[in-house]
Amino acid sequence: MKALLIAIALCVSACGALAQGKSTADGIAEYRKMLEDGNPAELFEAKGEGLWKQKRGPRNMSLEQCDLGKGPGQVRGAFVELPRYFADTRKVQDLESRLLTCMETLQGFDAGEIAKTPFGRGEQLTLEALAAWISAESRGQRFNLPQGHAQERMSYELGKRAFFYRAGPHDFACASCHGEAGKRIRLQDLPKLTVNPGDGVGFAAWPAYRVSNGEMWSMQRRLNDCFRQQRFPYPGYASDLTIALGVYMGVNAKGAESIAPALKR
Amino acid sequence: MHIQRRTGRAAALGALIVLAGCAAPASAPDYDALLAEMLKASFRDQGIATVDRLKQDASNAECSKALGTGLPEATAKAIEAANLKTVKMPADGRFIGDWKEGEKLAQNGRGMTWTDASTATSANGGNCYNCHQITKAEISYGTIGPSLYQYGKLRGVTDPAAPASAEMLKYTWGKIWNAKATNACSNMPRFGHAGVLNAAQIRDLMALLLDPTSPVNAQ
Repeated sequence: MKALLIAIALCVSACGALAQGKSTADGIAEYRKMLEDGNPAELFEAKGEGLWKQKRGPRNMSLEQCDLGKGPGQVRGAFVELPRYFADTRKVQDLESRLLTCMETLQGFDAGEIAKTPFGRGEQLTLEALAAWISAESRGQRFNLPQGHAQERMSYELGKRAFFYRAGPHDFACASCHGEAGKRIRLQDLPKLTVNPGDGVGFAAWPAYRVSNGEMWSMQRRLNDCFRQQRFPYPGYASDLTIALGVYMGVNAKGAESIAPALKR
Repeated sequence: MHIQRRTGRAAALGALIVLAGCAAPASAPDYDALLAEMLKASFRDQGIATVDRLKQDASNAECSKALGTGLPEATAKAIEAANLKTVKMPADGRFIGDWKEGEKLAQNGRGMTWTDASTATSANGGNCYNCHQITKAEISYGTIGPSLYQYGKLRGVTDPAAPASAEMLKYTWGKIWNAKATNACSNMPRFGHAGVLNAAQIRDLMALLLDPTSPVNAQ
């Protein structure tokens, strides 16, 4: 709670800094630095670690045997190699869709039901905390998504096409905002996501704690709100298209240092 | 002898072709069809944002397939010509409305998302400041589009009612109505063509850009 109050106070001062002509990036970098010892994301990380180890669900099991790509129970370093192909499901999965698989197979939850649950409710709260902790276990590591499997390469190719897919009443695609470097919406800097935009930027900055609404957003939720603003219909949680976009952005971000869970406006 | 050698060569060539045929990878997957399948499986209706929005017209289809590279000139010209045909000039010949209303619309970034209640033009803003600098006073502006500060002044429009201004009025109206008429893969929405804004709203945005008393030109 104290951390949250500090965050709000610092947001106000950072917004003041913006009015004095500093760029958004400067403002955010400043309050990120001030919050180094108190990123509210830590609360979510702690909750996520607890949920990973806790016996839960119809089978009363923990997630400790969940395979995130580096073997059962291997969490460290897993996040910076996701999304990737999993032989057991024969699918390319991102962190959230993989967690759904583990919650279903290990704990007996209904993955379809959880995917349909609105953000910020029920087991979606479990997923956001798990994503915060699992990503934090790879903090400081560099993205290195595998592209060895044919389905991983296919996912990249389809993600690329999805990225450039223009439609809707505004003719927007992901590329409308994220196809060029150095652009902004209002004062918000926009990362160019067709290349590695740099350490801790774009794909390497999510999940993130959002100071403006006090919420922890996973990449799935980030993409969901992008599509809302793109004036597109509603993307299914952990749907193939959102995973393909993750592969496209993640492969492009090869070598970028992950700062997740990051701190955002 | 000569003939035999030739035959031998032809046979060898034939064998090479067969080998190459065997070694060649299977033909490239139909990515467009696979993407269409993926889009269909991944999106659903939510409020006013229904899945029929995913359907592309020829312009959006061509610009998407280019994957961020430019279009061949002939394709671009054809798209621009098709979009130019959609531009509806104001029926009463009035191009200029109230710049104060135009400024409100320019500031307003709302409309057409699944959290909006209605697709009526009255529910929509112009989203202009999201991408353009417009007045000097508003420092929170985006940079995806070019600066529109002093738009009319820089183009020599001192009296929008003067005959000399007519071409610039039509050109600017066309940009707002359907930006793809002059730039095939423009990032700008086709506000009039897509029914996002109506003629009265576009008139007010025109005033913001071209009225000499608008802060765009007067400050």
